[in-house]
Amino acid sequence: MWDLCTNALDTARLRGAAYGDVRVMHLRQRDLTTKNGQVGTLSQSESIGLGIRVLSNGAWGFASTDRLTREGVAACAAQAVSIAKASALAKRSEVVLAPEKAYVDSWQSPFRKDPFEIPLETQLALLLAADAEMRRVKGVTLTETDMQFRKIDSWFASSIGSRIHQRKVISGCGIAATSFQGEEIQKRSYPNSFGGQHALQGYELVDSLDLMRNAPIVAEEAAALHSASQCPEKVGTLILGASQLGLQIHESIGHPIELDRVLGQEANFAGTSFLTLDQLNQLKYASSIVNVVADARLDHGQGLGTFAYDDEGVPAQCTDIIKAGKFRGYLSNRETAHLVGLDRSSGTMRTESWNRLPIIRMTNVSLLPGTWDYDDLIADTHDGILMETNRSWSIDDRRYQFQFSTEIGWEIKGGKKVRMLKNPSYSGITTEFWNSCDAICRFNHWTLWGTPNCGKGQPMQTMGTGHGASPARFRNVRIGTAFSNQ
Amino acid sequence: MRLLSRAAAELLPERDLRRIVDTVLRLAKSTVAEETEVHVDEVANALTRFANNGIHQNVAEHGLTVSIRTVTDGRTARATTNRIDEDSLRAAIETSLSLAHSQPKDPRLLPMPGRQRYRRVNRFIKRTAALSAEDRARAVRRACDLAVKKGQVAAGIYSNGQSQTVLANSRGLFASYRETHSEFSITVQEGSAASWAKANSADFRVFDPQKLAALASEKSHLAVNARELAPGRYTVILEPAAVLDLVGFLFYDFAATALADKRSCLIDRMGKQLFGQNISITDDVYHPLQQGAPFDGEGLPRQRVLLVDHGIPKNLVYSRAAAKAAGKKPTGHGFALPNEYGEAPMNLVFGGGDSSVEEMVASTERGLLVTRLWYIREVDPYEKVMTGMTRDGLFLVENGKVTGAIRNFRFNQSVIEMLKNVELLGPAVRAAGEEAFEMVVPAMKVRNFHFSEVTKF
Repeated sequence: MWDLCTNALDTARLRGAAYGDVRVMHLRQRDLTTKNGQVGTLSQSESIGLGIRVLSNGAWGFASTDRLTREGVAACAAQAVSIAKASALAKRSEVVLAPEKAYVDSWQSPFRKDPFEIPLETQLALLLAADAEMRRVKGVTLTETDMQFRKIDSWFASSIGSRIHQRKVISGCGIAATSFQGEEIQKRSYPNSFGGQHALQGYELVDSLDLMRNAPIVAEEAAALHSASQCPEKVGTLILGASQLGLQIHESIGHPIELDRVLGQEANFAGTSFLTLDQLNQLKYASSIVNVVADARLDHGQGLGTFAYDDEGVPAQCTDIIKAGKFRGYLSNRETAHLVGLDRSSGTMRTESWNRLPIIRMTNVSLLPGTWDYDDLIADTHDGILMETNRSWSIDDRRYQFQFSTEIGWEIKGGKKVRMLKNPSYSGITTEFWNSCDAICRFNHWTLWGTPNCGKGQPMQTMGTGHGASPARFRNVRIGTAFSNQ
Repeated sequence: MRLLSRAAAELLPERDLRRIVDTVLRLAKSTVAEETEVHVDEVANALTRFANNGIHQNVAEHGLTVSIRTVTDGRTARATTNRIDEDSLRAAIETSLSLAHSQPKDPRLLPMPGRQRYRRVNRFIKRTAALSAEDRARAVRRACDLAVKKGQVAAGIYSNGQSQTVLANSRGLFASYRETHSEFSITVQEGSAASWAKANSADFRVFDPQKLAALASEKSHLAVNARELAPGRYTVILEPAAVLDLVGFLFYDFAATALADKRSCLIDRMGKQLFGQNISITDDVYHPLQQGAPFDGEGLPRQRVLLVDHGIPKNLVYSRAAAKAAGKKPTGHGFALPNEYGEAPMNLVFGGGDSSVEEMVASTERGLLVTRLWYIREVDPYEKVMTGMTRDGLFLVENGKVTGAIRNFRFNQSVIEMLKNVELLGPAVRAAGEEAFEMVVPAMKVRNFHFSEVTKF
C-alpha cells in the first residue's frame, strides 16, 4: 500500500502540488438484521480504494479511484492536481496549513473478540432468540434486531513524510419492539434507538449488552405505553437518561463547535453556528457544573470518535470545549487552527471512506461525569419528568432552537418514579438549556454512546461520533410541545 | 479481464459490465449456488463546493461495485466487493454462500425472476457528463462575483456525474441503465439573513446557475431585518422545495410491507377520504421530470401506480414477496434482496394546479411564504406529525403582498392534516430539497399550518 501512496504523492508533486496527502482504505462490513422472527438483511461488503488531496496554486483538489494500478493511481493524482488548479480560478485566499510533525506509526484499536471470526450462526442465533423473546409479549406487533460490524484499515501518507497505518474494529447491536394499537404506534429500543449501541470494540460489545434479559423489558414497555398517560405540556424539571443526553450533546454542543460551520463553509447544507469567533472564552455556555471535552484518545474510552491520528495525520487530542460552564474551544483542522489563535490543529479531520474528502468532525464530544448518585438525583427531585431513549430530534441550522422526543417518560413526584408517560418531548434554546443544568450523575452512570449516522458534507458523508454522558437534571424546561396542538 | 483502458472519469462500456456479469455467473456454476444474481454499479462524479465567495473543496470520484446474491437450499445472502479480478469475484461468491448457509431456511423465498421487458428511458446527456472542473469553477466564479458585488456572501455546490447499473441473474434476466446528473445549489447570506436556491437535472442546460444565484441574492436581501412573530397557526404558502421535504416522508407509508408490519400511517385508512379532494399522487419513473432506472432491485419493470386519487389512498406498491403474501401482482418497487423493508415508491409525482406562487400571495390576507424547511423528523408515525424548522427565507404576507421577513419557526404539523387543508396548488415541478429525494411537486397554499416555537434568527 505504501508504494501506491508514494506513487500518488510523487505524481502530484511532479504535476505541481505544493502539498499532498493520500489515504488508501480497505473497509469491510457485515450487516445482520431480523424482523418478526425472520432473517432480514444478511450481507457482507468490502471496498478498497485511494483518495488524494493536494494543494496547488494555493487551492485544494481531491480525487479518488478504485483503480489500484500504477497507471490508475497516477491518473487519479494528476486529476487531483488539475482540479486544484481549477479551484484556483475561484479562490478568495491562499490556503495556509498549521505546522505539524511527520509521524511514522502503526496502531490498532483494542478488541478482545474479532466479530468477523465469530460464527455467523452464533450471531444470528442470538438475534433470533432476542427477537423471539420480544414476540412473546402480547401487544407487540413488530420486532426488529440488528448487528453491524466494521473493520477499517487505512494507510495515510503525506508529502511532509508521515506514514501511518491504523486498523479500527467497530461493533454495533440493538433490538426494538413496536406496538400498534387503536390509532397509535409505540416503540421501545435497547440499548438505544436507531440501531442500538455502537463502539470501537469487538464482539465483546454484544456480549456486554445482555439482549435476552432486556428483550422482554422493552417489549412489555412498548405494549404498556398505549395505556400510559400523555406527557403533560408545561415548563418544569427534566431528567435526561444518558443516551438521550448523548444526542443532546451531539446536536447542541458537538455541531456548533465545528469550526468549518462557524466559518461558513457548511452554510449551504449542514448550516452555520451561533458560536461566532467572538464567543470563544467569553460565552457562558452552560452552568458551572458542566464540563465538556472533545477527546479522541483511547484514554477517554473506546468510542466511535477514538483513533490514534486523524485523517490529516494529526495525533489524537483532548480539547476543552466547555470548562466550568465557559466556552473554551472549537474543533479545528490544520487549515483553520490559526483563525482561533491555535498554533496546531486539534486533530478532528475525518473521512468516511477512501472516496471522500476529510472534513472537520466530532470525535468523542463528552459531558464529564458529575457528583450525583442516580438514586439520589431521583430522590432529590420533587416534581419532574425523566425521559429516556431518543425518538425524534431536530435543531435549527445555527443550533439555537431544538426539539427532542423520546420513546418513554416517567413522572417523578416526591422523589419517586410514580408512573409511565407516553409521547414525551422537550424543547429549548441551546445556551438557556445548558445553563439550567443543576445535577450530573457520577462516573458509574456514565456511558460513551456511539452515534453511527452523523451526516455532513457534500457529497454527504456519514460518520460515527462518540458522546459520553451520565443522567443529568435541567430546570425550567419547556416540556410536551411536540404534541401540543395549539 | 481487460477492464482498465479508460480515462479516469469515464464509465466502462456496457460490454465490460456484461463481461463481469458473465464471469460471476460462470464462477458460480462451479459452486453449490442454485441461483445467482449480479448487480454491477459504476459511478464517476465530481463536485465543486464554494463558501465565503470562493471554492474551498473540489472533488472527483470513480467507483465500481459488484454485488452478488446467491441462493442455496432455500437460503439467500449478499456479498459486495469493488475488486473485479476473478479471485475476488470468486471470494465474494463464497462469502455470499457462507452467509446464506448460516441461517435457517426461508420458506417464503421466491425463485429469481427470468427475462423481463423494459420500457426505454433516455437520461444520459453526454454534455452533462463532459462538464469539467474548469466549467464548474467559471460558473461558481460568476455566482460568487454577483454576491460580492452586492455585499453578500455565497456558498454552495455545482456537481455533475454519470452512473450506470447492470442487474442480471442466472435465470436470464438482464437489465441495464445509465444516466447523468447535475446540480447547482446556492445559499446567499446578507448579514444574518440568508436565502437559497437549488436545481438538478440529467441535463445541466435545464437550469442556469446565474439565475439561481440572482434569485438567492434577491431573496437574501428581502430576508434582512427579520422580526419576531408569535408562533401559532398560520396560512402558509410553501414553495415546491418546502412541499417536497415534508411530503417526502410519506413515501414509505405506501409500501405494502410497511402496512403488513403495522408501521404505516395508512393502516385502516386505505380507500377512505384521507386527504383533500385536490390531492392526487402517482409513482411514475417514466415521467419526463423524473430520474432513475426503469427496473427495481429485483429486476422487475417499474409500473406506474396511482397511489392517491382525489384524496383517497387507492394503491400500494409491492415487491414480489409482498405481492405474493397479499395476493397481488408486484409493481416493480422492490429493494435488492435480502432486506426487511420490502419496497417503496421512489418516483412520486403530485398532481398540480394552475396557481402561481405570486397568485397565492395575492390571494392571502395574512400568511407566511416559506422558502424551504430543515431538519425534519417524525414525531408521531401514525398521525404523521413531523417537526422541523423553516430556513433561508420566511416572509410575512399581508393583504396580498410580501411585507417583510420573519424569524424562523419550528413546526409540529401532521402531513395528513396538511394535505386536507390545501387551498391552492401550483404547477408540479421537479423540486430539489435536502431532506427527501427529488420529486415532482407543486407549491401549495395551506391553511392552519402549526408553528409551535420561534428561534433567534
